[in-house]
Amino acid sequence: MFAAAAAALLVTLSLALVRAFRGPTVFDRVVAANSIGTVAVLLLAVIGFLTGRPDFLDLALVYGLLNVVGTIAVLKFFHFGDLGEPGDEEGA
Amino acid sequence: MLLDIASWALILLGGAFCITGAIGLLRMPDFFTRMHAASIIDTLGAAFILMGLILQAGFSLVTVKLIAIGILLFLTSPVATHALARAALARGVQPMLAKGDVSSNS
Amino acid sequence: MLRIASLLVALFAFWVLMSGMFSPFLLGLGVASVVAVTWLARHMEIADREGHPAHLRLVAVVSYWLWLFKEIWLSGLKVARIILDPRLPVSPTLVRFAPSQKTAVGIATHANSITLTPGTITVQANHQEFLVHALTRDGAAGVVESEMNRRVREFEGSDLEEND
Repeated sequence: MFAAAAAALLVTLSLALVRAFRGPTVFDRVVAANSIGTVAVLLLAVIGFLTGRPDFLDLALVYGLLNVVGTIAVLKFFHFGDLGEPGDEEGA
Repeated sequence: MLLDIASWALILLGGAFCITGAIGLLRMPDFFTRMHAASIIDTLGAAFILMGLILQAGFSLVTVKLIAIGILLFLTSPVATHALARAALARGVQPMLAKGDVSSNS
Repeated sequence: MLRIASLLVALFAFWVLMSGMFSPFLLGLGVASVVAVTWLARHMEIADREGHPAHLRLVAVVSYWLWLFKEIWLSGLKVARIILDPRLPVSPTLVRFAPSQKTAVGIATHANSITLTPGTITVQANHQEFLVHALTRDGAAGVVESEMNRRVREFEGSDLEEND
Protein backbone atom coordinates (compact mmCIF):
# COMPACT_ATOMS: atom_id res chain seq x y z
CA MET A 1 0.00 0.00 0.00
CA PHE A 2 2.71 2.43 0.99
CA ALA A 3 4.57 1.12 -2.05
CA ALA A 4 1.70 2.34 -4.25
CA ALA A 5 1.88 5.80 -2.68
CA ALA A 6 5.66 5.84 -3.14
CA ALA A 7 5.22 4.82 -6.80
CA ALA A 8 2.70 7.64 -7.37
CA LEU A 9 5.09 10.12 -5.79
CA LEU A 10 7.96 8.84 -7.95
CA VAL A 11 5.84 9.32 -11.09
CA THR A 12 5.09 12.89 -9.94
CA LEU A 13 8.78 13.43 -9.31
CA SER A 14 9.82 12.29 -12.78
CA LEU A 15 7.15 14.43 -14.49
CA ALA A 16 8.37 17.46 -12.53
CA LEU A 17 11.94 16.56 -13.55
CA VAL A 18 10.89 16.69 -17.21
CA ARG A 19 9.56 20.21 -16.63
CA ALA A 20 12.78 21.18 -14.87
CA PHE A 21 14.82 19.98 -17.88
CA ARG A 22 12.59 21.65 -20.46
CA GLY A 23 12.48 25.08 -18.81
CA PRO A 24 12.15 27.33 -20.81
CA THR A 25 12.69 30.14 -18.26
CA VAL A 26 14.67 29.79 -15.08
CA PHE A 27 11.45 30.33 -13.10
CA ASP A 28 9.87 27.26 -14.65
CA ARG A 29 12.83 25.30 -13.39
CA VAL A 30 12.47 26.79 -9.92
CA VAL A 31 8.75 25.89 -9.84
CA ALA A 32 9.63 22.34 -10.81
CA ALA A 33 12.40 22.23 -8.19
CA ASN A 34 9.98 23.49 -5.54
CA SER A 35 7.46 20.78 -6.45
CA ILE A 36 10.21 18.18 -6.38
CA GLY A 37 11.08 19.37 -2.87
CA THR A 38 7.49 19.02 -1.69
CA VAL A 39 7.22 15.56 -3.23
CA ALA A 40 10.52 14.58 -1.62
CA VAL A 41 9.14 15.56 1.81
CA LEU A 42 6.07 13.38 1.22
CA LEU A 43 8.21 10.57 -0.16
CA LEU A 44 10.43 10.63 2.94
CA ALA A 45 7.34 10.42 5.17
CA VAL A 46 5.96 7.49 3.15
CA ILE A 47 9.32 5.70 3.16
CA GLY A 48 9.36 6.11 6.94
CA PHE A 49 6.14 4.08 7.09
CA LEU A 50 7.20 1.69 4.34
CA THR A 51 10.31 0.62 6.22
CA GLY A 52 8.79 1.03 9.68
CA ARG A 53 11.34 3.63 10.75
CA PRO A 54 9.68 6.82 11.99
CA ASP A 55 13.09 8.57 12.11
CA PHE A 56 12.52 9.45 8.46
CA LEU A 57 9.90 11.99 9.57
CA ASP A 58 12.62 14.14 11.10
CA LEU A 59 14.45 14.07 7.79
CA ALA A 60 11.21 15.09 6.05
CA LEU A 61 10.84 18.04 8.40
CA VAL A 62 14.40 19.22 7.79
CA TYR A 63 13.98 18.74 4.05
CA GLY A 64 10.84 20.89 4.10
CA LEU A 65 12.72 23.71 5.81
CA LEU A 66 15.67 23.41 3.40
CA ASN A 67 13.29 23.42 0.45
CA VAL A 68 11.75 26.81 1.20
CA VAL A 69 15.06 28.39 2.18
CA GLY A 70 16.64 27.06 -1.01
CA THR A 71 13.83 28.38 -3.21
CA ILE A 72 13.96 31.85 -1.67
CA ALA A 73 17.77 31.91 -1.91
CA VAL A 74 17.75 30.98 -5.63
CA LEU A 75 15.06 33.59 -6.31
CA LYS A 76 16.94 36.27 -4.44
CA PHE A 77 20.03 35.42 -6.42
CA PHE A 78 18.28 35.70 -9.78
CA HIS A 79 16.35 38.79 -8.72
CA PHE A 80 19.16 40.89 -7.29
CA GLY A 81 22.28 39.21 -8.61
CA ASP A 82 23.62 38.45 -5.12
CA LEU A 83 22.42 37.19 -1.74
CA GLY A 84 23.61 40.07 0.44
CA GLU A 85 21.56 43.15 -0.43
CA PRO A 86 18.21 43.37 1.34
CA GLY A 87 16.61 44.95 -1.77
CA ASP A 88 13.80 47.46 -1.85
CA GLU A 89 10.73 46.55 0.17
CA GLU A 90 7.37 47.92 -0.76
CA GLY A 91 4.62 48.53 1.78
CA ALA A 92 5.28 48.21 5.49
CA MET B 1 -10.13 -2.40 9.31
CA LEU B 2 -12.46 0.48 8.44
CA LEU B 3 -9.70 2.86 9.44
CA ASP B 4 -7.34 1.01 7.11
CA ILE B 5 -9.69 1.39 4.15
CA ALA B 6 -10.18 5.09 4.89
CA SER B 7 -6.46 5.71 5.11
CA TRP B 8 -5.79 3.77 1.90
CA ALA B 9 -8.43 5.82 0.11
CA LEU B 10 -6.91 9.06 1.38
CA ILE B 11 -3.37 8.04 0.37
CA LEU B 12 -4.51 6.96 -3.11
CA LEU B 13 -6.48 10.21 -3.52
CA GLY B 14 -3.41 12.20 -2.50
CA GLY B 15 -1.24 10.28 -4.96
CA ALA B 16 -3.78 10.90 -7.72
CA PHE B 17 -3.79 14.64 -6.98
CA CYS B 18 0.02 14.68 -7.01
CA ILE B 19 0.13 13.06 -10.46
CA THR B 20 -2.61 15.40 -11.70
CA GLY B 21 -0.60 18.40 -10.55
CA ALA B 22 2.52 17.06 -12.28
CA ILE B 23 0.58 16.51 -15.52
CA GLY B 24 -0.61 20.11 -15.24
CA LEU B 25 2.97 21.20 -14.70
CA LEU B 26 3.77 19.68 -18.11
CA ARG B 27 0.59 20.64 -19.99
CA MET B 28 0.04 24.25 -18.93
CA PRO B 29 0.94 26.84 -21.60
CA ASP B 30 2.96 29.41 -19.64
CA PHE B 31 4.87 29.97 -16.43
CA PHE B 32 2.08 31.47 -14.32
CA THR B 33 -0.46 28.79 -15.20
CA ARG B 34 2.15 26.14 -14.37
CA MET B 35 2.38 27.56 -10.86
CA HIS B 36 -1.33 26.90 -10.36
CA ALA B 37 -0.75 23.26 -11.25
CA ALA B 38 2.18 23.07 -8.84
CA SER B 39 0.05 24.46 -6.02
CA ILE B 40 -2.23 21.40 -6.31
CA ILE B 41 0.71 19.19 -5.36
CA ASP B 42 1.58 21.48 -2.46
CA THR B 43 -1.93 21.60 -1.01
CA LEU B 44 -4.27 18.75 -1.90
CA GLY B 45 -1.64 16.11 -2.67
CA ALA B 46 0.33 16.78 0.50
CA ALA B 47 -2.76 17.15 2.71
CA PHE B 48 -4.38 13.87 1.65
CA ILE B 49 -1.21 11.78 1.81
CA LEU B 50 -0.38 13.17 5.26
CA MET B 51 -3.96 12.56 6.46
CA GLY B 52 -3.77 8.98 5.24
CA LEU B 53 -0.47 8.47 7.06
CA ILE B 54 -1.94 10.01 10.23
CA LEU B 55 -4.77 7.44 10.18
CA GLN B 56 -2.13 4.69 9.83
CA ALA B 57 -0.01 6.06 12.67
CA GLY B 58 -2.78 6.10 15.27
CA PHE B 59 -2.37 8.38 18.25
CA SER B 60 1.32 8.85 19.02
CA LEU B 61 4.25 11.22 18.67
CA VAL B 62 4.45 10.22 15.00
CA THR B 63 1.00 11.76 14.43
CA VAL B 64 2.09 15.06 15.94
CA LYS B 65 5.19 15.02 13.75
CA LEU B 66 3.11 14.43 10.63
CA ILE B 67 0.86 17.34 11.61
CA ALA B 68 3.99 19.47 12.10
CA ILE B 69 5.15 18.55 8.57
CA GLY B 70 1.71 19.48 7.24
CA ILE B 71 1.70 22.85 9.02
CA LEU B 72 5.23 23.52 7.75
CA LEU B 73 4.23 22.77 4.15
CA PHE B 74 1.07 24.84 4.41
CA LEU B 75 2.88 27.85 5.86
CA THR B 76 5.93 27.81 3.59
CA SER B 77 4.54 26.83 0.19
CA PRO B 78 2.46 30.03 -0.35
CA VAL B 79 5.45 32.16 0.67
CA ALA B 80 7.69 30.43 -1.87
CA THR B 81 4.99 30.62 -4.57
CA HIS B 82 4.37 34.31 -3.93
CA ALA B 83 8.10 35.11 -4.01
CA LEU B 84 8.42 33.15 -7.25
CA ALA B 85 5.50 34.94 -8.94
CA ARG B 86 6.70 38.35 -7.83
CA ALA B 87 10.29 37.69 -8.93
CA ALA B 88 9.12 36.43 -12.33
CA LEU B 89 6.94 39.50 -12.91
CA ALA B 90 9.75 41.80 -11.77
CA ARG B 91 12.15 40.10 -14.19
CA GLY B 92 9.76 40.77 -17.05
CA VAL B 93 8.15 37.37 -17.60
CA GLN B 94 4.91 38.40 -19.28
CA PRO B 95 1.90 36.34 -18.19
CA MET B 96 -0.24 35.00 -21.00
CA LEU B 97 -3.63 36.64 -20.57
CA ALA B 98 -7.04 35.70 -21.90
CA LYS B 99 -8.62 37.93 -24.52
CA GLY B 100 -11.09 40.60 -23.44
CA ASP B 101 -9.31 41.20 -20.15
CA VAL B 102 -10.49 44.17 -18.11
CA SER B 103 -7.40 44.84 -16.01
CA SER B 104 -4.02 45.37 -17.62
CA ASN B 105 -0.60 44.53 -16.30
CA SER B 106 1.27 47.77 -15.72
CA MET C 1 4.56 39.29 29.13
CA LEU C 2 1.82 36.95 28.01
CA ARG C 3 3.59 36.74 24.66
CA ILE C 4 6.85 35.62 26.27
CA ALA C 5 5.02 32.95 28.27
CA SER C 6 3.25 31.61 25.20
CA LEU C 7 6.52 31.61 23.26
CA LEU C 8 8.16 29.57 26.05
CA VAL C 9 5.35 27.02 26.05
CA ALA C 10 5.29 26.74 22.24
CA LEU C 11 9.07 26.28 22.00
CA PHE C 12 9.10 23.69 24.77
CA ALA C 13 6.29 21.75 23.08
CA PHE C 14 8.40 21.76 19.91
CA TRP C 15 11.42 20.49 21.84
CA VAL C 16 9.44 17.59 23.33
CA LEU C 17 8.01 16.79 19.89
CA MET C 18 11.44 16.69 18.28
CA SER C 19 13.24 14.76 21.00
CA GLY C 20 10.56 12.32 22.13
CA MET C 21 12.61 11.53 25.26
CA PHE C 22 11.37 12.24 28.75
CA SER C 23 14.42 11.75 30.97
CA PRO C 24 14.95 14.62 33.43
CA PHE C 25 18.38 15.43 32.00
CA LEU C 26 17.11 15.89 28.44
CA LEU C 27 14.05 17.83 29.59
CA GLY C 28 16.41 20.07 31.60
CA LEU C 29 18.49 20.69 28.47
CA GLY C 30 15.25 21.53 26.70
CA VAL C 31 14.24 24.08 29.31
CA ALA C 32 17.71 25.64 29.13
CA SER C 33 17.68 26.02 25.36
CA VAL C 34 14.07 27.26 25.32
CA VAL C 35 14.97 29.99 27.81
CA ALA C 36 18.07 30.89 25.81
CA VAL C 37 16.13 31.12 22.53
CA THR C 38 13.39 33.21 24.15
CA TRP C 39 15.97 35.56 25.61
CA LEU C 40 17.58 35.86 22.19
CA ALA C 41 14.23 36.48 20.50
CA ARG C 42 13.43 39.20 23.01
CA HIS C 43 16.87 40.70 22.62
CA MET C 44 16.55 40.76 18.82
CA GLU C 45 13.00 42.16 19.19
CA ILE C 46 11.48 39.54 16.92
CA ALA C 47 9.06 38.20 19.56
CA ASP C 48 6.63 40.99 18.73
CA ARG C 49 3.05 41.22 17.54
CA GLU C 50 3.97 40.20 14.03
CA GLY C 51 6.54 37.50 14.78
CA HIS C 52 4.45 35.68 17.37
CA PRO C 53 0.81 36.74 17.04
CA ALA C 54 -0.42 35.35 20.36
CA HIS C 55 -3.20 37.92 20.54
CA LEU C 56 -5.30 36.04 17.97
CA ARG C 57 -8.06 33.97 19.50
CA LEU C 58 -7.44 30.25 19.02
CA VAL C 59 -11.09 29.47 18.21
CA ALA C 60 -11.15 32.07 15.43
CA VAL C 61 -7.89 30.79 13.94
CA VAL C 62 -8.98 27.14 14.00
CA SER C 63 -12.39 27.87 12.49
CA TYR C 64 -10.73 29.99 9.78
CA TRP C 65 -8.37 27.12 8.92
CA LEU C 66 -11.26 24.63 8.69
CA TRP C 67 -13.09 26.99 6.33
CA LEU C 68 -9.89 27.47 4.30
CA PHE C 69 -9.45 23.68 3.95
CA LYS C 70 -12.96 23.47 2.52
CA GLU C 71 -12.15 26.25 0.03
CA ILE C 72 -8.87 24.57 -0.97
CA TRP C 73 -10.69 21.30 -1.58
CA LEU C 74 -13.38 22.96 -3.75
CA SER C 75 -11.03 25.04 -5.90
CA GLY C 76 -8.49 22.20 -6.07
CA LEU C 77 -11.15 20.00 -7.66
CA LYS C 78 -11.87 22.75 -10.20
CA VAL C 79 -8.20 23.12 -11.14
CA ALA C 80 -7.72 19.33 -11.34
CA ARG C 81 -10.70 19.14 -13.71
CA ILE C 82 -9.19 21.88 -15.91
CA ILE C 83 -5.83 20.08 -16.03
CA LEU C 84 -7.39 16.76 -17.04
CA ASP C 85 -9.74 18.37 -19.60
CA PRO C 86 -8.32 17.65 -23.10
CA ARG C 87 -9.22 21.18 -24.28
CA LEU C 88 -7.39 22.79 -21.32
CA PRO C 89 -9.95 25.60 -20.80
CA VAL C 90 -7.78 28.21 -19.08
CA SER C 91 -8.39 31.96 -19.25
CA PRO C 92 -5.53 33.47 -17.23
CA THR C 93 -6.44 36.82 -15.72
CA LEU C 94 -4.67 39.45 -13.65
CA VAL C 95 -6.87 41.39 -11.25
CA ARG C 96 -6.16 44.26 -8.86
CA PHE C 97 -8.20 45.05 -5.77
CA ALA C 98 -7.87 46.74 -2.39
CA PRO C 99 -7.89 44.43 0.65
CA SER C 100 -9.88 45.58 3.65
CA GLN C 101 -7.42 44.32 6.31
CA LYS C 102 -5.56 46.83 8.45
CA THR C 103 -2.88 44.85 10.31
CA ALA C 104 0.23 43.27 8.84
CA VAL C 105 -0.87 39.86 10.15
CA GLY C 106 -4.23 40.26 8.41
CA ILE C 107 -2.67 41.29 5.10
CA ALA C 108 -0.21 38.39 5.21
CA THR C 109 -2.95 35.90 6.11
CA HIS C 110 -5.18 37.11 3.30
CA ALA C 111 -2.39 37.06 0.69
CA ASN C 112 -1.17 33.62 1.76
CA SER C 113 -4.70 32.21 1.81
CA ILE C 114 -5.25 33.40 -1.78
CA THR C 115 -1.98 31.80 -2.84
CA LEU C 116 -2.72 28.59 -0.94
CA THR C 117 -6.04 28.16 -2.74
CA PRO C 118 -5.27 26.42 -6.06
CA GLY C 119 -6.12 28.56 -9.09
CA THR C 120 -5.22 31.94 -7.61
CA ILE C 121 -1.80 33.39 -6.77
CA THR C 122 -1.02 36.72 -5.11
CA VAL C 123 1.70 38.34 -7.20
CA GLN C 124 2.01 41.60 -5.31
CA ALA C 125 0.64 42.41 -1.89
CA ASN C 126 0.72 45.58 0.18
CA HIS C 127 -1.68 47.51 2.37
CA GLN C 128 -3.26 49.38 -0.52
CA GLU C 129 -3.51 46.82 -3.27
CA PHE C 130 -3.32 43.13 -4.14
CA LEU C 131 -2.36 41.92 -7.62
CA VAL C 132 -3.76 38.42 -8.12
CA HIS C 133 -3.16 36.04 -11.03
CA ALA C 134 -6.03 33.62 -11.55
CA LEU C 135 -6.20 30.55 -13.75
CA THR C 136 -9.72 31.33 -14.97
CA ARG C 137 -11.82 34.46 -15.36
CA ASP C 138 -14.32 33.14 -12.83
CA GLY C 139 -11.56 32.58 -10.30
CA ALA C 140 -10.42 36.18 -10.73
CA ALA C 141 -13.95 37.42 -10.13
CA GLY C 142 -14.11 35.30 -6.99
CA VAL C 143 -11.23 36.95 -5.11
CA VAL C 144 -12.54 40.53 -5.23
CA GLU C 145 -14.74 41.38 -2.25
CA SER C 146 -14.68 37.71 -1.32
CA GLU C 147 -15.86 35.85 1.75
CA MET C 148 -12.16 35.25 2.51
CA ASN C 149 -11.64 39.01 2.70
CA ARG C 150 -14.49 39.32 5.20
CA ARG C 151 -13.39 36.35 7.32
CA VAL C 152 -9.78 37.50 7.63
CA ARG C 153 -11.02 40.98 8.55
CA GLU C 154 -13.05 39.35 11.32
CA PHE C 155 -10.32 37.32 12.95
CA GLU C 156 -7.34 39.69 12.58
CA GLY C 157 -8.55 41.74 15.55
CA SER C 158 -7.96 45.40 16.28
CA ASP C 159 -5.29 47.64 14.82
CA LEU C 160 -4.24 48.99 18.22
CA GLU C 161 -0.76 48.17 19.45
CA GLU C 162 -0.70 46.55 22.85
CA ASN C 163 2.13 46.89 25.35
CA ASP C 164 3.48 43.78 26.94
